[in-house]
Amino acid sequence: MTLTLFLFYLAAGIALASTVLALTRANAAHALIFLIVSLLAIAVLFFFLGAPFAAALEIVIYAGAIMVLFVFVVMMLNLSEVSREQERAMLDFSNWWLPALLAAVLLAELLYVLIAIESETSVRAVMPKEVGLSLFGPYVLGVELASMLLLAGLVGAYHLGHRFLQRDRGRRD
Amino acid sequence: MGAEMVPVEHVLVLAGLLFVIGLFGLMLRRNIIFMLMALEVMLNSAALAFIAAGARWGQPDGQVIFMFILAIAAAEVSVGLGLVLQMRRQLQSLDMNDAVRLRG
Repeated sequence: MTLTLFLFYLAAGIALASTVLALTRANAAHALIFLIVSLLAIAVLFFFLGAPFAAALEIVIYAGAIMVLFVFVVMMLNLSEVSREQERAMLDFSNWWLPALLAAVLLAELLYVLIAIESETSVRAVMPKEVGLSLFGPYVLGVELASMLLLAGLVGAYHLGHRFLQRDRGRRD
Repeated sequence: MGAEMVPVEHVLVLAGLLFVIGLFGLMLRRNIIFMLMALEVMLNSAALAFIAAGARWGQPDGQVIFMFILAIAAAEVSVGLGLVLQMRRQLQSLDMNDAVRLRG
């Protein structure tokens, strides 16, 4: 096994373990840290798959911007010990065996399909120049749609968050 | 970054595993913040599958779709977290079971 392959499987293992840990924590702040580790591990996988630009975007936007948004909201909400206890109670075995069973069946079907693929290791690196030419060539309509979606998201988030802050300010006066 | 010998089908298996973990988390958790996190995991696993496919065929389309997924995730999270703030304001709770009625 070459070093590259070893590092690849190491990053894949870290991604899996930290994702499982993130979704089974009772404390939201701890879960966020594990999720950030998972995103960083996936960024390493993107590097190994010959997509350095996507890896950089994964770190800057996903692990940077989106996760910081989550962290800010968790800090703003100031989750109490009561809700943490409630979360711990929700993680009881009687609550999770049915979703686990359903997810395991889906996973088994997925693996059954993927096993049929013959092994393929000829990965070709795709550099940012090609991505940019494609993004602003055949996909330019998609870029416009994405910008409109982001604008709608911006307006929606402002509208929803504005009222929350206003109420908060009124209570303090 | 040359052409590393990374088995693409193993990346697809990993993406499937991550997606199923996210789905499991979505079904398991009732806290809306954790449900949003599970959605992020699922979106991210789909992005990983796209990148793997783009690398397999040596085409930039995989990374282009990754960027669209990134934009969708950013918009979804910003609106979703705005809804979390509203839910906290109106119901004093983050439990989805408290938000089962359309007018609460």
